[in-house]
Amino acid sequence: FQSDELLVDDDEFGLEGAKPRSTDLYTSSSSSPQQQQQTPTIRRRYSDPTDLDSKVQFTLEHAFGDSDFSPAGTFSARLKTWSHGGKTLTKLRFSRNDFSAEEKDAFKNLLKGDDFYRIRLPSNVVSPPGREFVIASVRARCLPRDGLDEHFIIHMEGANILAVSYGSPGACQYPRQLKLPAKWSFNSHTILKSSEQAPRTPIFTEEILGSENVEGEVEPPPERSFWAKYWMYLIPLGLVVMNAVTQASNMAEEPAGGQAGGAQVQPAARRR
Amino acid sequence: LYEDQAGLTDWHQRYIGKVKHAVFHTQKTGRKRVIVSTEENVVASLDLRHGEIFWRHVLGTKDAIDGVGIALGKYVITLSSEGSTLRAWNLPDGQMVWETSLHTAQHSKSLLSVPINLKVDKDYPITVFGGGYLHAVSAIDGEVLWKKDFTAEGFEVQRVLQAPGSSIIYVLGFLHSSEAVVYQIDSKSGEVVAQKSTVFPGGFSGEISSVSSDKVVVLDSTRSILVTIGFIDGDISFQKTPISDLVEDSGTAEILSPLLSNMLAVKVNKRTIFVNVGDKGKLEVVDSLSDETAMSDSLPVADDQEAFASVHHEGSRIHLMVKLVNDLNNVLLRETIQMDQNRGRVHKVFMNNYIRTDRSNGFRALIVMEDHSLLLLQQGAIVWSREEGLASVTDVTTAELPLEKDGVSVAKVEHTLFEWLKGHVLKLKGSLLLASPEDVVAIQDLRVKSSGKNKLTRDHNGFRKLILALTRAGKLFALHTGDGRIVWSMLLNSPSQSQSCERPNGVSLYQWQVPHHHAMDENPSVLVVGKCGSDSSAPGVLSFVDVYTGKEISSSDIGHSVVQVMPLPITDSKEQRLHLIADTVGHVHLYPKTSEALSIFQREFQNVYWYTVEADDGIIRGHVMKGSCSGETADEYCFTTRELWTVVFPSESEKIISTLTRKPNEVVHTQAKVNTDQDLLYKYVSRNLLFVATVSPKGAGEIGSVTPEESSLVVYLIDTITGRILHRLSHQGCQGPVHAVFSENWVVYHYFNLRAHKYEVTVVEIYDQSRAENKNVWKLILGKHNLTAPITSYSRPEVFTKSQSYFFAQSVKTIAVTSTAKGITSKQLLIGTIGDQILALDKRFVDPRRTLNPSQAEKEEGIIPLTDTLPIIPQAYVTHSHKVEGLRGIVTAPSKLESTTHVFAYGVDLFYTRLAPSKTYDSLTDDFSYALLLITIVALVAAIYITWVLSEKKELSEKWR
Repeated sequence: FQSDELLVDDDEFGLEGAKPRSTDLYTSSSSSPQQQQQTPTIRRRYSDPTDLDSKVQFTLEHAFGDSDFSPAGTFSARLKTWSHGGKTLTKLRFSRNDFSAEEKDAFKNLLKGDDFYRIRLPSNVVSPPGREFVIASVRARCLPRDGLDEHFIIHMEGANILAVSYGSPGACQYPRQLKLPAKWSFNSHTILKSSEQAPRTPIFTEEILGSENVEGEVEPPPERSFWAKYWMYLIPLGLVVMNAVTQASNMAEEPAGGQAGGAQVQPAARRR
Repeated sequence: LYEDQAGLTDWHQRYIGKVKHAVFHTQKTGRKRVIVSTEENVVASLDLRHGEIFWRHVLGTKDAIDGVGIALGKYVITLSSEGSTLRAWNLPDGQMVWETSLHTAQHSKSLLSVPINLKVDKDYPITVFGGGYLHAVSAIDGEVLWKKDFTAEGFEVQRVLQAPGSSIIYVLGFLHSSEAVVYQIDSKSGEVVAQKSTVFPGGFSGEISSVSSDKVVVLDSTRSILVTIGFIDGDISFQKTPISDLVEDSGTAEILSPLLSNMLAVKVNKRTIFVNVGDKGKLEVVDSLSDETAMSDSLPVADDQEAFASVHHEGSRIHLMVKLVNDLNNVLLRETIQMDQNRGRVHKVFMNNYIRTDRSNGFRALIVMEDHSLLLLQQGAIVWSREEGLASVTDVTTAELPLEKDGVSVAKVEHTLFEWLKGHVLKLKGSLLLASPEDVVAIQDLRVKSSGKNKLTRDHNGFRKLILALTRAGKLFALHTGDGRIVWSMLLNSPSQSQSCERPNGVSLYQWQVPHHHAMDENPSVLVVGKCGSDSSAPGVLSFVDVYTGKEISSSDIGHSVVQVMPLPITDSKEQRLHLIADTVGHVHLYPKTSEALSIFQREFQNVYWYTVEADDGIIRGHVMKGSCSGETADEYCFTTRELWTVVFPSESEKIISTLTRKPNEVVHTQAKVNTDQDLLYKYVSRNLLFVATVSPKGAGEIGSVTPEESSLVVYLIDTITGRILHRLSHQGCQGPVHAVFSENWVVYHYFNLRAHKYEVTVVEIYDQSRAENKNVWKLILGKHNLTAPITSYSRPEVFTKSQSYFFAQSVKTIAVTSTAKGITSKQLLIGTIGDQILALDKRFVDPRRTLNPSQAEKEEGIIPLTDTLPIIPQAYVTHSHKVEGLRGIVTAPSKLESTTHVFAYGVDLFYTRLAPSKTYDSLTDDFSYALLLITIVALVAAIYITWVLSEKKELSEKWR
């Protein structure tokens, strides 16, 4: 069992009342000691009595095809409540239960039938299950690699889970091949995701005139070129000019021809 | 779009909608107009001779018209918005004279009483009841003379009556539906002169008919007793008459709407009986009609008599009769008119009388049919008709025209030879810039009235098409793209003629059978999905219509409700497309119900996914097929589904306001996009993407109803196979409504920015990074790439997005995008603005790669320098000088030429045009002068011959020397 831990602490940003701007809270476990070392210092500097920090746990449940859902693992995280009432989930950890013998048989049946392996999470982590469970599923044949590889992306909004992107960490070929897992242990990758902020519309107060010029430039229709306007006159004119030049060339050659004719007459007189 | 291009390929049709009220102009000279108000919130003046629109006003979508009248002989008075807005329009030209907002306190029905002026110089006030208040308004300037508050007592005004010439207004109303109260109010000052009330123990229903100026007849709450209420001199008297005394075997009764003088029309057991209201409230049956009949209000004719019109059906004919009210045996007019059965039954009749040339009384009737069309009947003939059903189009699709066959001549003789020569001479003058202004006008007329564009066969360019429009009345129209004429029309029928469903509503329209291999033998057909009733569990009706002839091939009651209709990308051997229909209990039904379709579907069973959006609950669910249904009504074409994924939006912070998918038949020409630095990007062109826009629940109201801190807009791109959120973007301080368009790998959406107090447009482009390794040319040459591997949704999506936002100066009603046959032509956004016009905006303006200072390579590629606002160029309005009033939707369809696309917009009006976003690079322009080309060739050939002859002569002369 290997679990990539999410060890991000928003305290280091120190923005009171601001929503976290980072969209990807994923980090590797190698940096966790540094984070833990830095946390007390930052917290001491920015701590606020109204901010509450607590731990929450919620259960992952799975189903094999159409079977009922049963517990499959436990997520634990730190829930931070801001002074303005907002909530943020950090430091997500996941521990997955191993497959029992019955579950292994059920999973084999899924693999043979190319059926769906379904999971679900509560839509509210503070008061599970919330309004509805958030369900995701994947074809069972996408999961086996060396072991069973799975990838969770949990989309959060405060303490609410909107959706879970669940599937294989890599590609899943089509058509899907039947392949039994060599090991029955899970390699789980988990990511928490929040919303991106849209980029601001650029406001060019300095270049209002420039903007107007740009709009003005677009407005006039493109000028047709000289050739596009007058080609129907220029082409016949070109033909006429070429013809005149040819005629002039023919006229210039006539005296030479006449002289040549005269030269031919003179040798005949000499023979006589 | 330039001046000489306007009107060439486009047409515009103006409609008014289904008529609710009609008032004939009673001026002495001519009486040529009728004022109508419609269910599309249109008030219009129509020409009685030809049915054309003199003037028309389209009010807002929430400004429903409650009543129409004519005051002072020159003002059209309209009451709208449940009695809160009163307007006066000038009768000749429709200019607004005055507008008055009336105070309303609660929801109630509204009454408008415009007095008929016997003396033109005197100003009788208009009385309006609405929202618990009675107002008297001056007809001259719209001033509120007095206002009477009836809100505190739960009083509901039923009638406002005023005897001619009297200054006392009788206001009759019900207190808690059981006590009749009559107020006598001075019409000058609004003071209550007297008040009487009497309790009726049984209670009243809301149906009432005023039979005279001091007598009304109401129906009690059990609908079995007619109560005559008289209030002579203010004393209220009740006279009860059980309906069983009038008619045997009486069920529940219904008072019909026409106002007949001293006469009542009651509908019992599908029969119409006429009841004479005598003195002291005595009721007596004088006539009975067995058919369903439509009737008009009574109209005064000569010698103090009143007449009314009734229309009833007999097969494919309708009978129009005009009778005297007090002597039903005296029939003034009896006419029989042959009626197109595609119009359905008569819904409403409005009658008008005129003086014939022999000085006798003539009558004409304005008739509203079941398909919302409007007809004028006079002298036993249909004088004109208007297809007002086209003002409420609900779904549009396009279809091809028939191919030309040998021996079948569909075109008339187009031109004489002289006209042909004259046209070409004019074109020649135009090309040589020798045309006078009159010649230019003549050339433009020739182009506009090109006869080829109205043929009823397919052309090689794909410019001639049929536009199939399904209206709310359940009628299907086929419009020609040449000039918008109606090629055929068909009214939906209930297949079983059952009691519960006489006429289904039109819901949606789908391509059913488009033959390619049998194009010469079989006609294409479309599937019309109708619904019996308006609630979501109403059973559906399927109708299959031949596209070429407009005939119904077959129709069937399907026996289950219709929540979603999903065309599949599979057809059977007859090229019929398989469709799935989901009902309210979660079952999915396969159509067509044939064994071949079933076997095809079973092969694809594992690969069929669908999703539902429960916008009220904020949940999106994905489903997959599971197995056959079980139950007594189930057959082998019914399937159950199971839930694969859900997306749950938190109800306290996000509310779904918009969802959108790509068009399933859209063509993407190339999946790769070359950047200016010669890098390669692969578009993410999955058809299974869903765009969802959510807003804070507080921000779901009108623009400006929240502060920027309270509202935020979040948009999502969700894969509908796996439920994965591929992209999520939030706009702080923004609000809906969101209008979006989805094409290829980009989505453009329009919303309001509360911080900047401006509308904004954002573009999001999504690219696939999982194929990013396939950029090496050698890999491509040696075939070591994975571009030909099948794509599956279960691979981990590696996408990245680019987005940019711009300000936009206008509010938007709808957005569409051009579509061409092969997807090569660059795209234009077609933005339907709040002014009911369509703006064509190049996709290059909404390109997230725009920067403030583009490099030279970027300029060559066509990237426009970044500005904070999208430009609105006046020449970019596709609708040029027209307005598509009440614009609701824009539909685009490709033609066979790659450069050109069809654009059809519908609302109250219809508009069609053709667009070439990249200019017509694959055809000659229509002003190409073939005559000039021919003359040039002939001149060149002649010049060659002449010079050859001269050359020969010179050469011969040279040899003789």
